[in-house]
Amino acid sequence: MAKARKVEVSEQQKKEILSIVDKYKGTKGALIPVLHEVQEYFGYLPLEVQEIISDNLNVPLAEIYGVVTFYTQFTTQPKGKYAVNVCLGTACYVKGSAKILEKFEETLGIKAGGVTEDGMFSIDACRCVGACGLAPVAMINGEVYGKLVQDDVKSICEKYMEN
Amino acid sequence: MQIARSHVLICGGTGCLSNNSMKLKEHLENKLKELDLEKEVQIIMTGCFGLCAEGPIIVVYPEGAMYSQVSIKELDTIAEEHLLKGRIVEKLLLANRTQAYDEEGHQVENTDFFKMQKRVALRNCGRINPENIDEYIAYDGYQALGKVLTEMTPQQVIDEITASGLRGRGGAGFPTGTKWKFAAASEGDVKYVACNADEGDPGAFMDRSVLEGDPHSVLEAMAIAGYATGAHQGFIYVRAEYPTAVKRLNIAIDQAREYGLLGKDIFGTGFDFDIELRLGAGAFVCGEETALMRSIEGHRGEPRPRPPFPAVKGIFDKPSMLNNVETYANICPIILNGAEWFASMGTEKSKGTKVFAVGGKINNTGLVEIEMGTPLREVIYNIGGGVPEGKKFKAAQTGGPSGGCIPASLIDTPMTYDDLNEIGSMMGSGGLIVMDEDNCMVDIAKFYLGFIVDESCGKCPPCRIGTKRMLELLEKITDGRGEEGDVERLEKLAKNIKASALCGLGQTAPNPVLSTIRHFRDEYDAHVRDKKCPAAVCKNLVRIVIDKDKCRSCGLCAKNCPVSCIRGERKVPYEIDYTKCIKCGACIERCPFNAISRES
Repeated sequence: MAKARKVEVSEQQKKEILSIVDKYKGTKGALIPVLHEVQEYFGYLPLEVQEIISDNLNVPLAEIYGVVTFYTQFTTQPKGKYAVNVCLGTACYVKGSAKILEKFEETLGIKAGGVTEDGMFSIDACRCVGACGLAPVAMINGEVYGKLVQDDVKSICEKYMEN
Repeated sequence: MQIARSHVLICGGTGCLSNNSMKLKEHLENKLKELDLEKEVQIIMTGCFGLCAEGPIIVVYPEGAMYSQVSIKELDTIAEEHLLKGRIVEKLLLANRTQAYDEEGHQVENTDFFKMQKRVALRNCGRINPENIDEYIAYDGYQALGKVLTEMTPQQVIDEITASGLRGRGGAGFPTGTKWKFAAASEGDVKYVACNADEGDPGAFMDRSVLEGDPHSVLEAMAIAGYATGAHQGFIYVRAEYPTAVKRLNIAIDQAREYGLLGKDIFGTGFDFDIELRLGAGAFVCGEETALMRSIEGHRGEPRPRPPFPAVKGIFDKPSMLNNVETYANICPIILNGAEWFASMGTEKSKGTKVFAVGGKINNTGLVEIEMGTPLREVIYNIGGGVPEGKKFKAAQTGGPSGGCIPASLIDTPMTYDDLNEIGSMMGSGGLIVMDEDNCMVDIAKFYLGFIVDESCGKCPPCRIGTKRMLELLEKITDGRGEEGDVERLEKLAKNIKASALCGLGQTAPNPVLSTIRHFRDEYDAHVRDKKCPAAVCKNLVRIVIDKDKCRSCGLCAKNCPVSCIRGERKVPYEIDYTKCIKCGACIERCPFNAISRES
């Protein structure tokens, strides 16, 4: 793991996580749905959170860690307040989305996979959001920006910086 | 039930939702109140119409007038003119915005885009409100399930599907009837049927559209599959990246349970069947059947060797059968209209229709459903409207990361499983990406291999290490460090990976490379021997040049250059300092005189 910094999980947060785990107790193959819901609630899945799930779902921590790191949707690092996802699916790629990604990286000063120091932005490259008609596409917290050209990137970022 | 004199269908597919169609719906609701039309005009949010490039799309019935790229202001005009006064707003019609317009062209069915299509799997997409089970039932929904449960034995169902000649629409094209027969013959007290909705091919979105636009057609077909194979539980494994599909599936499952169409004792026949959703978590390999089943069980989605085949030992070690979304979407029409009807479409070995997600360098990006055997040319030019900006069609890529390219010289290839295999491509799930003269085929091969390297689960060395080595070779070639023999090395590696990888995805991973070598060997040679990229894409092999005759010395390029490598003065053409240039191309985009370009 990259950073050894301990993540604090408050009592209240622990209670919420336990209530999610409880909901799935007895369901076959519950681990992935539990991880989805816990990440939705906590924002990411640090080791400390995985330990809580392991203790209460009765799944070895090693297996949970294996699953979390296998699937790209799960993350052990927090994302930015505004998570930028640039689509690098084929339809977007042939329409130049690699250049859009470069422009986001240049504008925000971080590389894909990274988070800005103030925690405001993170950039990820993703594979096809299914909006191929609007290629090239980027998504920020679920909001889709389509038919992008490099010049759009700066003003889109600025819109979020003001908030 | 309230009867409206006019129905306004607003597209609620992902493409149009991203284009603000939800806001259009809200706006129209308010507008109708203002015009006092709320009782006369009914708004229905439907699934995808397929013509995503022209979104947001609105269709007004009974006229069938299809409006495209509708803005809020234009919506007001449509409300005031068409809905209030009954006058079609001709200038906003799709037929008027695209080039091919004729007198009757305003009707949805008569537009160039739709008239060549045959919609079976997509029959209800863009026609019904997917969140209302009654609308599905009104279009013969759940009739096939009723027929199967009350009039047919499981064996008769399997015979019907077999006779139809339906083959799996997810990739390999395995005969669906045979698959059902194996699952039915398997011994076991508990069996499962599953639906593969983990559409992983980047650039394909037909499964998403079916789930979003017609979720019940999948539920109904799964219940039929359950009856035919002796299963009482179904799983739909759907990508978490498809939130709208997940939401509508959940609504559909709840409604079907409420109506007694899922659950215990369906239609009073004693047949029990229920369906559970399982979300994927972003792993391409989970489209492989054994990996998908591992993932449903809550583990890492790694494939395992077969046999035992899933029909014998699948989900939770029970006999299981998996079909993809589009395959299921074909089941109910086959049951209702008969195998003969279905088999009358398509070719001898590829029956029925196929949905293609047409994207990339093409005018009408979207979903098209055509009879099998339709030549690629028709898809590209007649339905797709050709390549934008008058550029030359170079190739179409089908089958995604497992498929290959169809070069311009083979554009008359009929789109069937066997014809595509023969030229080194494949049907795959139906992604069809069009490329023009500005796309470098070596770069495209590198793109797909990069995808595979990212997504390889790492279980077997040929895929984990072999594809990485192939990618390194391609990077070497596109960087301008290629050597004589590199292409042969690629071919040798590819053959070994194909022969030794564990799962279907690994075995097909080298295909994009092999197919581009086969059809575009000259481009590979240009990179390796001449250190040139003919399409001027590969950064290390191109130079950015300023055309001295066209340059008007305005200085915009220099102002926008991120590394300040362009210099010049008034009345003298600007010049680039190549020791600093990072080839980002910012200057090309800014030049108002098109004086700057990439040169190979």
